[in-house]
Amino acid sequence: MISSLFRLALRNLNILIGLAFAGVLMLALITTVYGLITEPAAPTAEHEFHREHKPLKLASDGPFGQFDRQQLQRGFQVYKEVCAACHSLRLVAFRNLEDLGYNEAEVKAIATQWAIQQPSINPETGETATRANIPSDRFPLAFANDVAARAANNNAIPPDLSLITKAREGGAAYIYSLLTGYQNQPAELVHEFPGAKTPEGLHYNPYFPNLNIAMPPPLTSNDQVTYQDGTRATIDQMAKDVSAFLVWTAEPNLETRHQAGLATILFLLIFTLLTFGAYRNIWRGVKH
Amino acid sequence: MSFPWAQHYAPKHPLMQWVDSRLPLPRFVYNAIGGGYPVPRNLNYFWNFGIMAGAALMIQIVTGIVLAMHYAANGAVAFDSVESIMRDVNAGWFLRYAHANGASMFLAVVYIHIFRGLYYGSYKAPREMVWLLGVVIFLLLMATAFMGYVLPWGQMSFWGAQVITGFFSAIPGIGETIRIWLLGGYAPDNAALNRFFSLHYLLPFVILGVIILHIWALHIPGSGNPTGVEVKAEQDTVPFHPYYTAKDGFGLGVFLIVFAALLFFAPNYLGHADNYIPANPLSTPAHIVPEWYFWPFYAILRAFTVDFIIPAKLWGVLAMFGSILLLFFLPWLDRSPVRSANFRPMYRTLFWVLVADVLVLGFCGGAPAEPAYIIASQIAAAYYFLHFLVLVPIVSALERPRPLPNSITEAVLEGKSGSRMRETAVTGAPAAAE
Amino acid sequence: MATIDEVPPGGATGSHDDVIENPRRRDYLSIGAVAFAGVGVGVVALPLINQMSPSADVLALSTTELDLSAIEPGQAIKASFRKQPLFVRNLTPQEIEAANKVPLSDLRDPQSLAERTKEGKANWLVTLGVCTHLGCVPLGAGEGENKGPFGGYFCPCHGSAYDTAGRIRQGPAPLNLAVPDYSFTSDTTILVG
Repeated sequence: MISSLFRLALRNLNILIGLAFAGVLMLALITTVYGLITEPAAPTAEHEFHREHKPLKLASDGPFGQFDRQQLQRGFQVYKEVCAACHSLRLVAFRNLEDLGYNEAEVKAIATQWAIQQPSINPETGETATRANIPSDRFPLAFANDVAARAANNNAIPPDLSLITKAREGGAAYIYSLLTGYQNQPAELVHEFPGAKTPEGLHYNPYFPNLNIAMPPPLTSNDQVTYQDGTRATIDQMAKDVSAFLVWTAEPNLETRHQAGLATILFLLIFTLLTFGAYRNIWRGVKH
Repeated sequence: MSFPWAQHYAPKHPLMQWVDSRLPLPRFVYNAIGGGYPVPRNLNYFWNFGIMAGAALMIQIVTGIVLAMHYAANGAVAFDSVESIMRDVNAGWFLRYAHANGASMFLAVVYIHIFRGLYYGSYKAPREMVWLLGVVIFLLLMATAFMGYVLPWGQMSFWGAQVITGFFSAIPGIGETIRIWLLGGYAPDNAALNRFFSLHYLLPFVILGVIILHIWALHIPGSGNPTGVEVKAEQDTVPFHPYYTAKDGFGLGVFLIVFAALLFFAPNYLGHADNYIPANPLSTPAHIVPEWYFWPFYAILRAFTVDFIIPAKLWGVLAMFGSILLLFFLPWLDRSPVRSANFRPMYRTLFWVLVADVLVLGFCGGAPAEPAYIIASQIAAAYYFLHFLVLVPIVSALERPRPLPNSITEAVLEGKSGSRMRETAVTGAPAAAE
Repeated sequence: MATIDEVPPGGATGSHDDVIENPRRRDYLSIGAVAFAGVGVGVVALPLINQMSPSADVLALSTTELDLSAIEPGQAIKASFRKQPLFVRNLTPQEIEAANKVPLSDLRDPQSLAERTKEGKANWLVTLGVCTHLGCVPLGAGEGENKGPFGGYFCPCHGSAYDTAGRIRQGPAPLNLAVPDYSFTSDTTILVG
């Protein structure tokens, strides 16, 4: 009796295993639903007040997108005069600036005059020293190490900006929204979530994932920088320009990629049409 | 290993005759993918995906070898070496994006290939070995893809390595020891990165070897076809070349267009922004997810939330591996002698429910771990196991299949259940299998 | 490439007529497709080959600026140019005289010292420190190193000896030590490359 039951179970082992997994899952389902009913998820300030990034249109968008070099130069100027004191650009080299339309001499001048120097050693004593940047150098770090960065920035590390538009959901639009999104904390937020009051030293920004960002508003007034091409430097304009610049730092080969892509797709379309023709030609007369 | 009417390799050129009589490699190729391999004449476009997967593997091997010339597998410089490929190496951005998106294309094509097999019963006798080798390839492919994703040493790489190796710590007793052995440390670091790189370079060649076995095993009975009726006579087949070489050429063209669109215009669409942040062992990203092709399995893993006899974590890991391993038993779970779902109305319904189910699992696996998604993945995961382990075996015993055509040619000439599924809505008296 | 008249389809009975009538009517499609595939493979091969050429960061280091002010007559320094050793030697008048005394006809690779230095700067001998035989670094630039029988440089690998103008005088090396492109940007600084 027992052995025949055992044999029956063995023959239908698959069904037993299937029912076991499904049964445990149903048990889990019940607990999940029960948990949801007994302890419904409390709304959080992040959930209620976080905003999706604003739309941003850039010349580099889309399959035909190319950089607007004037804008990149303006963005570089904003980076240099506003961001560079805290945020490094460690993957980009001064020589890369030639892509923005600067000539060799201008790049050399930018490198030499850069506020932060390259770490080096004193050739006589071997002690640490600094030297002027040369075009083949990458942009020097804003802080020697993370400890120094934290110490100088209220315990927050300013992220490196080389890849920032690829390293954040939303990319350039997120950067643009963040830079223009500083505001006073809404009264209803504090009313609804008294515990979520922006702590001392942080700044309320609804585009930042947890709403409170350590970075003080970097762009505070119109004409904070003086653009050489005469564009009026509104906060909005500066935020757009620096976002465009950071698209370039993250993806300097974007234009080549777009051009190569269009050529490749065109080539492949012709190839595919030809193979389709060849396929139909070979199969003509063969019913299938 | 072929039908009696298969064409014989008869080289005309003296050089080819000389080579063939000393090393019959040209003959081997001719019989495998040339005129010497007779193939059912009624294959539809779903039969293109095997060749596409092969092409994807070759793309991955070629771009991978080239990338390895520039990549440095050391935690201190791995991230920067990838960025130097993107910025400084000639056409490096192209090679790296091709490799990263090539992996997605490979897995996408393989998934369609697998579901083609499920729909048309490609796993059934006499092709069980083809299916078993295919599941082995799939497992190797997932291991390779996972280890490849670790190499850029971004945040997702690092935490992916941490979480995946964490599976092994679910094994009672020795789990933690195994995890530390796998990583060569207590957390992912140089030791893990280097061994992952070594294996990531090795495994594709193992995959290549198993693919050769997969094709060899396929050529013993010959290719299946949408009717599931075996080849009976010469008129049922056409030679692989030029008929299917031409069709595969067209399929590859379409494959490459999709690939190029992804590579050149949305190269980071399938990636994750966090992987452009260098690995930081002290900070976990807010929302960690694996690459899209692991989402269904990740959803199954996360669906187990209660300790029932054994811990929830162990249930999750068992279920996740089980969900793939059960595919090894599919040829014996499905007892229906009819292969093609075109003639199996009940199985066909089950198949489409499974497709929807896996899509739901995939969606939940990529979503944050919120209750709504957990509930959906619990239901979907339960169905997944019921489908393969309970419903398919029962349906295969109960179902009354529709009448099968007498031969492929008959099906083609009558326009029934040839290459198109919608033409199969033939009702009629139940018939025994072929 | 097989064409359909070579491989008649197995089951195409009844609808064969137009195939037999004009079998090569649209073969250009197959030929075109294969030609396109060939071109495509060729074009894709280019980046796969070109990736091995020096990358942008390597090319960016292709110039080196050197300050010569600290080199006394008779001394030499070893610097690095494109990851290769670079010898800069401040020749003494005796060394210049010794180099100029050698008849060009005696030389394996005839070049005068003047051809190997900049006008008015005959005392500055700038050469790559790479033996033209098989690429070892010759001795003679460092303090107290063996300068060889001709008072210039001496390669310890296979015994090539160079004179005070860096010209090959003895041993297996075929050519003089190479003089890279360089220019004086001021009296005491040079830009190499």
